[in-house]
Amino acid sequence: MADSTPDSKPENPECGHNATRRQFLKQSSVLTALAFTPGPVVQAAAAEWDEKIAAPFEKVGLKLAVNGKNYKLSVEPRVTLLDLLREQLHLTGTKKGCDYGQCGACTVHVDGKRVNSCLALAVMQDGREITTIEGLAKGDDLHPMQEAFIKHDGFQCGYCTPGQIMSAVACIREGKADSEGEIREFMSGNICRCGAYPNIVAAIQEVKTGGQKV
Amino acid sequence: MNQFQYVRPSKPKAAIDARAKDQNSQFIAGGTNLLDLMKRGVMNPERLIDISRLPLDKLERENNTFRIGSMALNATVADDKQVLEKLPLLAQALNAGASAQLRNMATIGGNMLQRTRCPYFYDTALPCNKREPGSGCGALEGYNRMHAIFGFSDKCIAVHPSDMSVALVALDATVLVSGPKGDRRIPFGELHRLPGDMPQKDTTLEPGELITAVEVPEGPFTKNVHYLKVRERASYAFALVSVAAALQLENNIIKDARLAMGGVAHKPWRLTEAEKSLVGKPATEATFQAAAAIAMQGAKAFKHNAYKLKLGPNAIVQALKNATNVA
Ligand SMILES: Cc1cc2nc3c(=O)[nH]c(=O)nc-3n(C[C@H](O)[C@H](O)[C@H](O)COP(=O)(O)OP(=O)(O)OC[C@H]3O[C@@H](n4cnc5c(N)ncnc54)[C@H](O)[C@@H]3O)c2cc1C
Ligand code: SF4
Ligand code: FES
Ligand code: FES
Repeated sequence: MADSTPDSKPENPECGHNATRRQFLKQSSVLTALAFTPGPVVQAAAAEWDEKIAAPFEKVGLKLAVNGKNYKLSVEPRVTLLDLLREQLHLTGTKKGCDYGQCGACTVHVDGKRVNSCLALAVMQDGREITTIEGLAKGDDLHPMQEAFIKHDGFQCGYCTPGQIMSAVACIREGKADSEGEIREFMSGNICRCGAYPNIVAAIQEVKTGGQKV
Repeated sequence: MNQFQYVRPSKPKAAIDARAKDQNSQFIAGGTNLLDLMKRGVMNPERLIDISRLPLDKLERENNTFRIGSMALNATVADDKQVLEKLPLLAQALNAGASAQLRNMATIGGNMLQRTRCPYFYDTALPCNKREPGSGCGALEGYNRMHAIFGFSDKCIAVHPSDMSVALVALDATVLVSGPKGDRRIPFGELHRLPGDMPQKDTTLEPGELITAVEVPEGPFTKNVHYLKVRERASYAFALVSVAAALQLENNIIKDARLAMGGVAHKPWRLTEAEKSLVGKPATEATFQAAAAIAMQGAKAFKHNAYKLKLGPNAIVQALKNATNVA
């Protein structure tokens, strides 16, 4: 609960960066015995680690804007952006296909760039803006790419679709959708086990030539 | 994934200190290779040192040399107008690698240091000298379809999977490194090593050394270049064999030539003798065939990768033809 408080609610002071360090100090005697000497905070001061520092088992404070909403979160260092979105923020539109960067089902935009959220650590995204499939529509108005996928039957089971759509929007924005060949090449990071590729390409071409703003 | 500690130093020096002090630590840049390996238990660092926000992402051009920061993203470099114009071979090789999403995450430094895709290395239930020295090489007598035909040892027959590195070795790049003992420059061809008796060691980097940039001289290779990648599907797969070819032509006579192969050795494989054979000759298929024959001297196949003995020279000839528009 307190792990995923949108900004509108009072900030949880324990989640700030300084708080993280304070919590850390409280625990550091235990951790020192567990893992390392001298305590990493001391080392940090000596080596100018003036930013994030987190021990194993400790959660790290993290600020993210997801679909235009600001969050103050706290996560274990090993949590991926994908797991954070799905498990902590309950944004389950982003799918886990392979979890190894091979399928593209987990594609989201980070600061406007499409990435595989399964191979991104959440802590490494501190301060960034994330857009997921849930953030693409404007209220009840679907994004043109969503409309086009429906019109062209760009899916069968639908599992790869959120990733396909996020990737397709980025593909057009990057200027990599000028021909069928280029679309196929620059969409190759999104696998569709149902083989809806021809319809996906058609949807992208329509949005591209339709001239709507994506 | 195992638990680990996470630190994010703000200066390269602090990152180097942190890494040098702790053998069980690793730098993390894009994370696209390291996290993959950590999820599978192949690499288990106890501390990750996040270098992705170090101020090492600039792309500069000075005195006919490109200086590309190690944190620059693969996609950024591949799309850079000056790179496209002056180093088209590098742009082609970058775009041949991985997917658009991964190229938005992967860094230049991380790309050259990515580890082999040998399936035995990836599976902790199987023997692999690279992952666990002394456990044996599963691929030697096993499924070695993707493996080396040059420079292997009886300890390891893996290949280096990076496409970008094949172009960089051909273009005479230099790697800039900072470490606990100071700064040094490594010619690209000396960054990766052959497996010998120590397949666990991929490169000649010392513990704690951080790659800060790569320098690439502009050279005359702006027009007649081609990166050919042969793979099992049209895109988004590792190379079976790849070829980086760059020629300087004058009235169809080859003035200068660069040639390197990927997917054939533990390091990007520069073909110096074949290059020499090209210089002074007309750009014809016969010239290319002769160079390919020289390039393949000393190649040796294993049970499942004999196809590379044929695919290799064919790929060389095709890459040279594509670079010169010889039909
Ligand atoms: C599905 C898939 C397909 C792929 N296909 C291809 C392909 O076809 N061709 C290809 O070439 N690659 C391919 N890749 C690999 C991809 O290119 C690499 O994972 C990527 O380039 C690694 O860069 P990174 O910044 O993410 O490295 P990281 O994963 O962050 O780091 C890799 C290693 O390098 C070390 N490191 C990173 N930066 C530095 C530095 N500056 N100094 C010292 N050490 C450093 C890290 O400690 C780590 O050990 C593929 C990957 C996936 C997941
Ligand atoms: S080829 Fe190298 S990486 Fe593959 S199993 Fe043998 S030792 Fe391991
Ligand atoms: S779940 Fe991320 S690429 Fe498959
Ligand atoms: S629609 Fe089923 S995986 Fe693409």
